[in-house]
Amino acid sequence: MLDVMIVDDSNIIRRKIERSADRQFFNIVALARNGLEAVDLFQAHRPQVVTMDLTMPEMDGIECVERLVKIDPAVRILVISALSDVETGILALERGARGFLCKPFDDEQLNGALTELVEGLHD
Amino acid sequence: MTEDTLKVFIDGVVRYFQHTSHKEVKVGAPYLVDNRQPASFDYTGIIGISGPYRGTVYFTAPRALLSHLLLSLGEQDTSTGNILDLVGEVANTIAGNARAAFGHEFMISVPVMIEGAPSQIQLPVDLRSYVIPVSWKSYQAAVVICLEGV
Repeated sequence: MLDVMIVDDSNIIRRKIERSADRQFFNIVALARNGLEAVDLFQAHRPQVVTMDLTMPEMDGIECVERLVKIDPAVRILVISALSDVETGILALERGARGFLCKPFDDEQLNGALTELVEGLHD
Repeated sequence: MTEDTLKVFIDGVVRYFQHTSHKEVKVGAPYLVDNRQPASFDYTGIIGISGPYRGTVYFTAPRALLSHLLLSLGEQDTSTGNILDLVGEVANTIAGNARAAFGHEFMISVPVMIEGAPSQIQLPVDLRSYVIPVSWKSYQAAVVICLEGV
């Protein structure tokens, strides 16, 4: 079982990810509304997996990815964003994210992306 | 604004509803309105656009549509807080998806959610907006595009 933190400024999206993530593999330990909150919660809970929105108030997702990777270089971050241009995807990966899922998404796409993200971590 | 530009947003609306509800959404022929009388329903999610393109993209819908859409998402709580959250998220998704066509210089703000129509602060009165009518189940809604530089 892997601990997961969900970061998104939308309550609906946080709850959707929480409901949809396969509970056989993922244990939701923290929900954050922006990057600043995410950094605090990450230090408190140390999840192995993070889902990260990009467009958020206070601190955006790209900066938050950088901060989390500095704290724990092994963290697996899946960016989940409506920003669907190639440049943004590449930027997120360059800053330390390990995967990118474009909104809107369905349950199957979410779990597919999470499974790909954590390949090898269950061993 | 070109037909291709409008098509980017039309495709975004269709993609959102298809992914979210797996129900067909119908999009009507876009038309122009004066910004002094902006198109609106009960709730509106507004995205500010900057970069080479400047202006506003918003999604506006009646409460009944948004409540039904929340239920389609598996969300049982149809309180006003979640209604406002959803209308902002739809606007954010449609505007964000447009970057696949316009590139990363098409900068979008975090959504501003309001009850009713955008004010003159959000919509310059010397411009006009394109309204894209949206029909989902028995409800009507709209995506409205007010952009300079396209």
